Amino acid sequence: MDIVNEILEKEQKKAEKYKPITVEKHLELELDVGTLLAFDTNDLDTKLLKSDSQRDAYLQSLARDNTQLLLNKIWELPTERIDEAIVVKLPQPTTVLPRSKPVPKPKPLTKWQEFAKAKGITKQKKDKLKWDEQLQKWVPLYGFRKAAAEKEKDWLIEVPQNVDPMTDMYEKKASEKSEKVAKNELQRLKNIARSRKVNIPRVGLPVTSDKANATQLSTAAVVAKASTASLGKFQDKLPKEKEARGKGVHELIPGKVRKRNAPIPTPQVERENNLNLIDRILNKRPKIDMDKAVSKHIHKEQVQRSEEKKSMKPIKGKGKAKGGNVTNFSAKKPKAGKGQRNPNKKNPGRKRR
Amino acid sequence: MGVIQRIKKPTTRKGKKVLLSREPKPIEGPKQSIFLQARNPSERARKVLKDLYDLKKPDAAYLSRKNDFVPFEDATLIEKLCYKKDASLFGVSSHSKKRPHNIILGRTFNYGILDMIELGAENFKAMSDFHNMKVLAGIKPCLLFNGPVWELNQDLKRLKSLFTDFFYREKVESVRLQGLEHVISFSATDDGTIYLRSYRIHLKKSGQRTPRIELEEIGPSVDFKLRRTKLASADLFKEACRIPKELKPIAKKNQSTDAFGTKLGRIHMGKQDINRLQTRKMKGLKKSTEEKKQMLLKKKMAKKEAKKGNMLNA
Repeated sequence: MDIVNEILEKEQKKAEKYKPITVEKHLELELDVGTLLAFDTNDLDTKLLKSDSQRDAYLQSLARDNTQLLLNKIWELPTERIDEAIVVKLPQPTTVLPRSKPVPKPKPLTKWQEFAKAKGITKQKKDKLKWDEQLQKWVPLYGFRKAAAEKEKDWLIEVPQNVDPMTDMYEKKASEKSEKVAKNELQRLKNIARSRKVNIPRVGLPVTSDKANATQLSTAAVVAKASTASLGKFQDKLPKEKEARGKGVHELIPGKVRKRNAPIPTPQVERENNLNLIDRILNKRPKIDMDKAVSKHIHKEQVQRSEEKKSMKPIKGKGKAKGGNVTNFSAKKPKAGKGQRNPNKKNPGRKRR
Repeated sequence: MGVIQRIKKPTTRKGKKVLLSREPKPIEGPKQSIFLQARNPSERARKVLKDLYDLKKPDAAYLSRKNDFVPFEDATLIEKLCYKKDASLFGVSSHSKKRPHNIILGRTFNYGILDMIELGAENFKAMSDFHNMKVLAGIKPCLLFNGPVWELNQDLKRLKSLFTDFFYREKVESVRLQGLEHVISFSATDDGTIYLRSYRIHLKKSGQRTPRIELEEIGPSVDFKLRRTKLASADLFKEACRIPKELKPIAKKNQSTDAFGTKLGRIHMGKQDINRLQTRKMKGLKKSTEEKKQMLLKKKMAKKEAKKGNMLNA
């Protein structure tokens, strides 16, 4: 019994040494442990707050009590040990605080992403290095030192059989790459335009000012005409309507493509065509252009007559036939003054033939 | 409209990373804040701002140039600076005869002003006036709001939300027990005075697992007087508080766990006709031809009886 009492007394003394961790409050605090927040709805002692000397002490004791309650709650949570530190897992916060930026909107998928989703294609992760048999070493597929590795491989590019032997293969490679880059850029811009619901025309450049110019309008008309079920074959054309020119429009104009898709003639057919052409040229009979022939004849006669007249002039006499008005072809037509008054002109008056 | 949707692609990788960091994300990091001075700041107001900046380090920027503007009339300068620094909290100090030692605290949403609350600083004791060891920078503080008036007054309710937003830094999953060192207490009275006090926590032995708390004031110690407020409209605030779908906890229906921890589920069946239930086929229970004949006979008799009964009734 004594031993038990002794132990109990010891424990009591020990407990008395330490200050209590319990706090008495009229109303319970509203604790939001997730944000380490404690809200005390008990009334404040206004008398103590008003006096300058006692205010700070009162506030400190109040804060101490509330912090004690909050930390008691925190110490009850399950703990873990991470790297020499005892860590407690906090619950979800209950205070709703406003965000600084709005909720992100889901990004619209590009044309390829939609296709891949529909087909079920997933991205395959590519390794950076690839073993190259020719060079017998690991070569990066993209990024740092890719260009150097490619240059090493391309110290020589063979010209294949079906290509003109004078082509510059390096130039061709470079131009192909730049074409690919341009195509990629165009597709990227088209994707952006589609996601922003901006309409871009199929052929030609989009309209920048509020009015389209003549070529854009004619292109638009051709595209619209070709959008029928018969691809524009039976659409009427305006009397003076000109066909549009430009890249990508020729396929849309019915009839224009026919020429391109004409079958390549066989050697025999081609030989026959060429021979027929030569015959046509060489067997040509001279065509007589009636108007030209008549005017030439008339001119010849006029020249002859003027020559005769010149040769007849030194014989004096009444060569002038009475009553016969010989039209004097060599007489010059009286020139007008071209709108300018010439005061020195000898015979004023209307010009007469 | 993200980085991918830009017409002009960012040319450098660093630039692209900066642009990506400024995009809205489902879970946001700690809110950045800027502190600047408006018309004619007094020394006290400037010091209060400096102390708030010290409390908010490293997520804060202190702009030292004096700007001649009045936030309550024209807040575009604040919005521009917040856009530049990618900050959503701000503090502005000014001084005039009508509003001495004025501090305006506020927050932005989507680079536009959400809330702005004006406080007057009376009785200020700076952190430097308390000669003791302070708390580490970047520690998440415990926040205390004392007084029932925080919930009753609408302006103070918003101010409580604003103070929480200002000081809570960011949402954390777990906290180190030894790292709970800082407490900030806000006590509000009915006449619009708010007492801000900041303490350092000392954990003392208590004979039990949970320690005894002792506080030591480290400052700053400010008595604020609530002046004007410019609060966001209810729907703008609601829009700002929207939680993205990814973060909303998915409520799993028809599942429960019993005392032993086994997961139980509920399946909802349609109406069943017990007479036509498909059970296991047991050859022994199959009806022989004799039995079938007998059943048919029985049915016929029953029909006849029914007919007779009908005729009689009719």
